[in-house]
Amino acid sequence: MDSTIASILLLDGLTSGAVYALLGLATVLVFTVTRVIFIPQGEFVAYGALTLAMLQSGKTPGTVWLLMCLAVVASVMELVERWRHHGNPVRALQSALKTLLIPAVVAVVSIWAAPQQFALWVQALLSVAIVTTFGPLVYRVAYQSLEAATPLVLLIVSVGVHFAMTGLGLLFFGAEGFRNPSFWDDRFALGPVTLTGQTVIIFGVSLSLIVLLWLYFEKSLRGKALRATAVNRTGARLMGISTHASGQLTFLMAALIGALSGLLIGPTTTVFYDSGFLIGLKGFVAAVVAGLSSYPGALLGALFVGIVEAFGAFWASAFKEVIVFTLILPILLVRSLRSGHSDEEH
Amino acid sequence: MKQHLPVLLLSLSVPIIALLPLPDFWIAQLNYIGLYALVSLGLVLLTGVGGLTSFGQAAFVGIGAYTTAWLTLNLGLSPWITLFIGLGLTAVSALVVGLITLRMSGHYLPLATIAWGLSLYYLMGNLDALGKYDGLLGLKSLSVGDIDIGQGRLFFVLCWALLIAGAVALINLLDSRPGRAIRSLKGGTQMAEAMGISTFRYKVTIFLIAALFAAVAGWLLAHFQRTVNPSAFGLKMGIEYLFMAVVGGVGHVWGAVVGAALVKLLDDYLQVALPAIIGTSGSYEVIVFGVALVLVLKYLPDGLWSVVARKFPRPPRALNWLEAEDLPVRSKPAPGEPVLVVDNIRKQFGGLTAVNDISFDIAAGQIVGLIGPNGAGKSTTFNLITGVLSKTSGRVTFCGQDVSQLPSREIARQGMSRTFQHVKMIADMTVLENVAMGAYTRGHKGVLSAMLRTNQVEEQRLMKEAQRQLERIGMGVSLHEQAGNLAMGSQRLMEIARALCSDPALLLLDEPAAGLRHKEKQALAQVLRQLQREGMSILLVEHDMDLVMEVCDQLVVMEFGTLLTRGTPAEVQANPAVRAAYLGTEH
Repeated sequence: MDSTIASILLLDGLTSGAVYALLGLATVLVFTVTRVIFIPQGEFVAYGALTLAMLQSGKTPGTVWLLMCLAVVASVMELVERWRHHGNPVRALQSALKTLLIPAVVAVVSIWAAPQQFALWVQALLSVAIVTTFGPLVYRVAYQSLEAATPLVLLIVSVGVHFAMTGLGLLFFGAEGFRNPSFWDDRFALGPVTLTGQTVIIFGVSLSLIVLLWLYFEKSLRGKALRATAVNRTGARLMGISTHASGQLTFLMAALIGALSGLLIGPTTTVFYDSGFLIGLKGFVAAVVAGLSSYPGALLGALFVGIVEAFGAFWASAFKEVIVFTLILPILLVRSLRSGHSDEEH
Repeated sequence: MKQHLPVLLLSLSVPIIALLPLPDFWIAQLNYIGLYALVSLGLVLLTGVGGLTSFGQAAFVGIGAYTTAWLTLNLGLSPWITLFIGLGLTAVSALVVGLITLRMSGHYLPLATIAWGLSLYYLMGNLDALGKYDGLLGLKSLSVGDIDIGQGRLFFVLCWALLIAGAVALINLLDSRPGRAIRSLKGGTQMAEAMGISTFRYKVTIFLIAALFAAVAGWLLAHFQRTVNPSAFGLKMGIEYLFMAVVGGVGHVWGAVVGAALVKLLDDYLQVALPAIIGTSGSYEVIVFGVALVLVLKYLPDGLWSVVARKFPRPPRALNWLEAEDLPVRSKPAPGEPVLVVDNIRKQFGGLTAVNDISFDIAAGQIVGLIGPNGAGKSTTFNLITGVLSKTSGRVTFCGQDVSQLPSREIARQGMSRTFQHVKMIADMTVLENVAMGAYTRGHKGVLSAMLRTNQVEEQRLMKEAQRQLERIGMGVSLHEQAGNLAMGSQRLMEIARALCSDPALLLLDEPAAGLRHKEKQALAQVLRQLQREGMSILLVEHDMDLVMEVCDQLVVMEFGTLLTRGTPAEVQANPAVRAAYLGTEH
């Protein structure tokens, strides 16, 4: 291997690492606020990329129908639970309609816009909107009533959600894979390596999202409220922070990050309905490097995972997944030796 | 007799089913159900009882299957040898994964097993020697001499015999000294460690047992299908195994069989029915499984078998230990000799000094009360002495031995036994079983002898001791009550009995009267007076001054982490500094 190949691999690794970083951040975000280990994070990635692909071909994306189904289920749950708890059918109906409103608007706009063949960036925006709307609904339907459960129960629920979302992906997108057009076709020579416009976009979007997240959690009251929920749920509730709302907001952000990641990788690889899982899990390995708690740690971990994957693919391409996922064992070993304490008092 | 009923029924029905003129298709279905149930049986122990989750059981099935496939095909070894090689390889990999992840908090194990399951799947799918994604073909069926037992009805008998044997072994294990330790894992480690149990060792043990069950299933599966390929050992299958255990009733041994049957039949049905409804082929059944998994966890968290189990409550344990020998007792310091010497212990949490160079000692036969206003550092002191927290500096000598650096379970083994400020017990075990946990360090029979039930002599001695201690504190009538159903006062007394069961040289009671009603306090005071008469050495942390003044020989008063004063109850009561600490001063 000479330095040219090495630098190409390095760039490759950093590019995919930047996407894994986003997913790792989303994983850390969801875990710290809700204690949910969100395995289906990758499904949002596939949903995002495939929704755009469907819009590209002028069809109404299957995600829209799925979104409507989910919204109906969520609003029925909202109706029943509110009615039971507060005994006020009018208020319950209001809150059910509120749950339904945004998904319905997004769906109607999508159905109208799908055959119009708008510019790529409009379609991209629409895809992000559709997939992001999924976040709160998924939380509402699958997790909200289990908020008090142990992380392990939540983890098993996550696996159930992952199963369901993958199967539904197959149902609504079909088994065919898609590759999206690049957002920016220019190329730049940078010494021995060529930087594509898409790579620049990936780095740009990743970096700005990370900065935005940091600003949000450090500077805004809402962000601080989320952090409070992460530290102590009961305490946060006593301060008037709704754990339901926090959970839904967190899932909204996770879905947004997932959808954006889907758009970023869409042009670099062919995405199938089940591709999201492996991509999400690599973000996951990155999050584990960070002990599921540190944002900068997840970023570094993700870049590391990306680089290992790129070099692994070069030396032993058949075994690149083996290498990446076996990586988690030494990482956990180091963490285990460093932390040393066992978990007390669940 | 009643709890053996499922075993008897199953054991009888296996040969009957084998002889019935059932279609071969159904025998094959039953064979798969048996294989899957064997894997989820391991998960019942690991996840249901031990509270640890693994998504990687399919990978262990794969190790068992590939080991025997490769070795019988390439080296021509007999499957009866490769079974043990497969078990060995599985054990090694389970130990590596377990030792790495089980020290950390609960969710790292499932994460590691996901990653481990994935990487093993890709490894099997990419190794030339293992036939890549096509797998290995042409395995021989299992045979004894010239008789082929690897197919059809004979295999059915073999597979279900192994399953029933496994289930019985687990049932035996769960009702034993190591089994009680395993059942304590779910509720946090502090109580178990205080009983002298190495919780880490038991976590690794159950992970290992579950992996070995999976490996046996893999070995059977390989020779039954006569081919192996990676798809049967991927993460999807690993999740399905967990699903079987969860649906069936993750805390119940027989739930594994129910869950395996349900999932296998549903899986087959959906794989045909769903594509027909939808119109294209594809594995749509995962949608139903995913949704069903969430629904089960929401509405039936104990699984289907819990419904059955409720109909057939466990009969009370037969009192078979009346003739048993007493357990040996440890030698204790003679009255008046020092039991505990606390020498300048200190605990700092960052800048906060919670315990500031506290010193006191306890002589054998003395009851010493540790008192002070809220936040004085009493509980921290308690945790420093018992080894739950590590000391910043200072020395604790117990029965002449320096125990400053020992973890809590080692200190417990030396004969220091404690109760907890918030009762820690296993709510779904009987009072007797809970108390028998206290005698953990006085037995030594392990997992294997529990499974084979060669531990009965020791079990009887442990049970006898537990009953004796319960009677000692006046709880002889509620031996077979579920601990979770007891009133608060009885639960606290039960904790004292559990502590006494370890034959302690020193008993530490952490606010035993907290939350008790008047009558219950009187009962507690009576127990303490009785223990005093019997010469027990006790360190008591308590807020109830009437109780403290009544039973203690010596008092140690703390305020803001420092030692305020010490002396007899009368001296302490007369001390103006103590009055000021409790009631404030007039300005």
